[in-house]
Amino acid sequence: MTHVLDPGTLAAGTRPTPGSGAALDDVTRSDAALRAFLHGLPGVDQVGAEQRAATLGTRSIKTTAKAWAIDTAISMVDLTTLEGADTPGKVRSLAAKARRPDPTDLTAPPVAAVCVYGDLAGVAREALAGTGIHVAAVATAFPSGRASREVKLADVRDAVANGADEIDMVIDRGAFLAGRYLEVFEEIVAVKEACGSAHLKVILETGELVTLDNARRASWLAMLAGGDFIKTSTGKISPAATLPVCLVMLEAVRDFRAATGTQVGVKPAGGIRTTKDAVKHLVMVNETVGADWLSPDWFRFGASSLLNDLLLQRQKLRTGHYSGPDHVSVD
Amino acid sequence: MSDRLAVRKTYKLYVNGAFPRSESGRTYEVTDARGAFLANAAWASRKDARDAVVAARGAFGKWSRATAYNRGQVLYRVAEVMEGRHAQFCEEVAAGEGVSSGRARAVVDAAIDRWVWYAGWTDKLAAVLGSANPVAGPFFDFSLPEPTGVVAVLAPQRSSLLGLVSVLAPVLAGGNTAVVVTSHRRPLPAVTLGEVLATSDVPGGVVNLLTGDAGEIGPWLAEHDDVDAIDLTGAPADRALELERLAAGSIKRVVRPPAEEPDWTADPGTSRMTPFLETKTVWHPKGV
Amino acid sequence: MTAPAQPGPLFEYAPAPESRSIVDVRPSYGLFVDGEFVDGSGESMKTVNPATEEVLSEVAVGTEADVDRAVRAARRAFTRVWGPMRPADRGKYLFRIARILQERAREFAVLESLDNGKPIRESRDVDVPLAAAHFFYHAGWADKLAHAGLGPDPRPHGVAGQVIPWNFPLLMLAWKVAPALATGNTVVLKPAETTPLTALLFAEVCRQADLPPGVVNVVTGAGDTGRAVVEHDDVDKVAFTGSTEVGRSIARAVAGTRKVLTLELGGKAANIVFDDAPIDQAVEGIVRGIFFNQGHVCCAGSRLLVQESVHDEVIASLQRRIGTLRVGDPLDKNTDIGAINSAEQLARIRELSDVGEAEGAHRWQPACDLPDRGFWFPPTVFTGVSPAHRIARDEVFGPVLSVMTFRTPDEAVAKANNTTYGLSAGIWTEKGSRILAIADRLRAGVVWANTFNQFDPTSPFGGYKQSGYGREGGRHGLAAYLKGASH
Repeated sequence: MTHVLDPGTLAAGTRPTPGSGAALDDVTRSDAALRAFLHGLPGVDQVGAEQRAATLGTRSIKTTAKAWAIDTAISMVDLTTLEGADTPGKVRSLAAKARRPDPTDLTAPPVAAVCVYGDLAGVAREALAGTGIHVAAVATAFPSGRASREVKLADVRDAVANGADEIDMVIDRGAFLAGRYLEVFEEIVAVKEACGSAHLKVILETGELVTLDNARRASWLAMLAGGDFIKTSTGKISPAATLPVCLVMLEAVRDFRAATGTQVGVKPAGGIRTTKDAVKHLVMVNETVGADWLSPDWFRFGASSLLNDLLLQRQKLRTGHYSGPDHVSVD
Repeated sequence: MSDRLAVRKTYKLYVNGAFPRSESGRTYEVTDARGAFLANAAWASRKDARDAVVAARGAFGKWSRATAYNRGQVLYRVAEVMEGRHAQFCEEVAAGEGVSSGRARAVVDAAIDRWVWYAGWTDKLAAVLGSANPVAGPFFDFSLPEPTGVVAVLAPQRSSLLGLVSVLAPVLAGGNTAVVVTSHRRPLPAVTLGEVLATSDVPGGVVNLLTGDAGEIGPWLAEHDDVDAIDLTGAPADRALELERLAAGSIKRVVRPPAEEPDWTADPGTSRMTPFLETKTVWHPKGV
Repeated sequence: MTAPAQPGPLFEYAPAPESRSIVDVRPSYGLFVDGEFVDGSGESMKTVNPATEEVLSEVAVGTEADVDRAVRAARRAFTRVWGPMRPADRGKYLFRIARILQERAREFAVLESLDNGKPIRESRDVDVPLAAAHFFYHAGWADKLAHAGLGPDPRPHGVAGQVIPWNFPLLMLAWKVAPALATGNTVVLKPAETTPLTALLFAEVCRQADLPPGVVNVVTGAGDTGRAVVEHDDVDKVAFTGSTEVGRSIARAVAGTRKVLTLELGGKAANIVFDDAPIDQAVEGIVRGIFFNQGHVCCAGSRLLVQESVHDEVIASLQRRIGTLRVGDPLDKNTDIGAINSAEQLARIRELSDVGEAEGAHRWQPACDLPDRGFWFPPTVFTGVSPAHRIARDEVFGPVLSVMTFRTPDEAVAKANNTTYGLSAGIWTEKGSRILAIADRLRAGVVWANTFNQFDPTSPFGGYKQSGYGREGGRHGLAAYLKGASH
């Protein structure tokens, strides 16, 4: 007998963008204009945002809702391996898991994508041929982003040529923190162009940006530059994805759509290891931006160990008893 | 009396939440008041002191930033867990200090109650010691107590439990972390207290207990640049002046030793907390 | 790729009810006097679950004779045991109570939600932990009163008669009982007519803690019982939280007596949102300010003052956010807004809302589907409210927000202060100096900046003007229970 009051409310984009008319093109015409725009966004009160995230974290998702959430979360996983020791064999094994996460239960949905370094994108592409599972490649001198523009763009073109249909780029955090916003913007625009038809996910590395104000500004910057997704982290820096950061990014995509009509996806990555964490994120999506984002087209989890925990919880729901790590495959 | 052969305890140091032996490998014999053997205690070296300071510094951030309410809960938990080891403390105090079991019981009671006293202080210090200052200008100006940092404590030599708690708990209540050199001749209750601390939600490194000789380790702590304050209560009388001078090198806050060991059962007041508290004053303009 | 079937318009949460089995509600309760549960000498009354109208239990209605018995027990306990006791030992009893409240927290939370109608999320995460924290905090004061800056040797009054409201039954008990006991007073407590159950469970806690008999006495009942407590000749100190109307009559009743009085009464708090506010957090704060506890909060942010330049944006965001609130079963862990506490209160909320509409304000409520049984009122926003409207002046004590606008800081202050109340206020702006300047000029006892409805045992709470006098919590709250130090 609990009633959500007005399910329609989240669908309607009602929020005008602060300090701008219909056209946001104007705000990127100069460094000064871009700075004025980004710094004119409403501030984020850290304590309030953390409190809101914590409250959403107390939602209790049970039974049928939990089953739905687990399957949805599995279908949103970008199953990731980003190690120096990665080999074609490792990527093939990951691809096999992506197609059929639980060999004992064929009703478990496949994941959204496999995420690898660019040189292994071809291996992934081949292993996933015909499955509809995307091949994501990190590029632009991931994870630091410290290379010349040329090298970064070459990195992107190479990954796309190898078969990646999603590119996970990193922004230049040094330039961002130094206030050279237009430089960051132009680089994203260039990468987007290099992507061709591949989807672009823009990694903000919020752990290095530190403040929630920065997370909001970087989100807008990435969206203005044409990113299809904004992504929290590389997974190589702690803290990575946190609920307050994800909340601020969700608010940003919500407001961006209200202002421009363009919907942008969100991908928390790194540090989400348990079903409980994943469900908290889905609750936050649900109550911040609504059902429009509750699909793998608009929300992803960048993760590796998360998938096994989702599968264990799924087995628990199915069988009614707890499972153990030997009942899911090692990565 | 049972004819069962007892399993004896190994008394070790308490550093960074663990119970290591002294890195020096040294121990010394601890006897009861009549000279009978009780145990071999670890004899801490300057390197153990060095490690303890590193641990205390590492623990300072989290402990000092914990809410006052949380610190109060943790200190109260120490009292609860000590209560459960009441008999053991009584035995050790009676043996080490050579007092009757009734007297030992009173000492242990008082030591537990002292934790309760300080547990109640954590969230009252700012209200009692802080202030809003009516400066003559459009500013909001307030002053608050904050912990000094890492405090070295040379614990009393005679009162091995009540004295120890009386100098340690006030350091913690304010949010400092501590490196304690225990009573040299009567170190055993301190080690047992370490076991209590390890099981009472006090984060590792917040309290580090070194059994050994304050005369030997004291100078290293007094001179240590990463120690912010030193309590010389248990310093050997003939070394106190030297230690105070050494402490001057890094502008340490110093609590001088009393002329003779005080009566630890007296009302402690706030005088053992304030030396290890800084006052921070904040100015902020007011204007629409 | 097979995506899972899409759920409805929103991710539907399956029911997640907290189990009732943890509480054992007896079919009837007597009074708690002198350490024993005893039968009352008068009638009994029913206490109902406002979410279902189910009768939970029958509770005694304390008569004058019952109150007299309780006051005598309290006097005896004060004279013989609690007054002479070592302060540190008084503290230890309070520490015990704090710990038992923590141990039995879930039980208290469920019982509170059953009897009051508030969501379990709030009783579990706010009411009960805060109540325990109040005892913990005041336990520490018991042997430190000389350090409180209230004189070198502060003394208790003696017997405190305390009358508390139904909106935070256990928490208001803690706010009253903890400082009274810490300072050495004994207590006769009259819980609210509609929410007596957690006070009676608290009586059991007193027994588990071996609190000496007579130190805490609980006499249930309605207005007459409360009057008997307040007017009893041997009560030294009266503390009341409730409506301004009853507060006035209590002030009249104690006039000319030796009794010392503190009152925590109504409010009509202004929540002021400037154009540079962190909007998302401000919206959360507005929601928390008025919909927390169904708006049954004396310090609720019931008047929203928005700077004109951001009015439309704030209202749109607010309405969207209100649309995600979950109204319903208080025991469901995902419920945000529970039941209105009583039929009587529901009638008052309805009446004032209708007046608001009649006077020309615009009523907005989200599409709403409320349970058939029980007492419910949807979250409501009135825009276009003028300071002359009754919904801008009268305390609704329900989930009803009145929105007004301002153009300058001076106007905001003038409108915020244009009330007979003065309990609390909120300020939302990213500019620190503005917070402090505005806070200086607000005639309110608590000012929240970029947050709302925060409570802590260390932080004094209480009102200006007709919101009452005296403070609860912090060093200042002790003054109410100590001779020569109180208001």
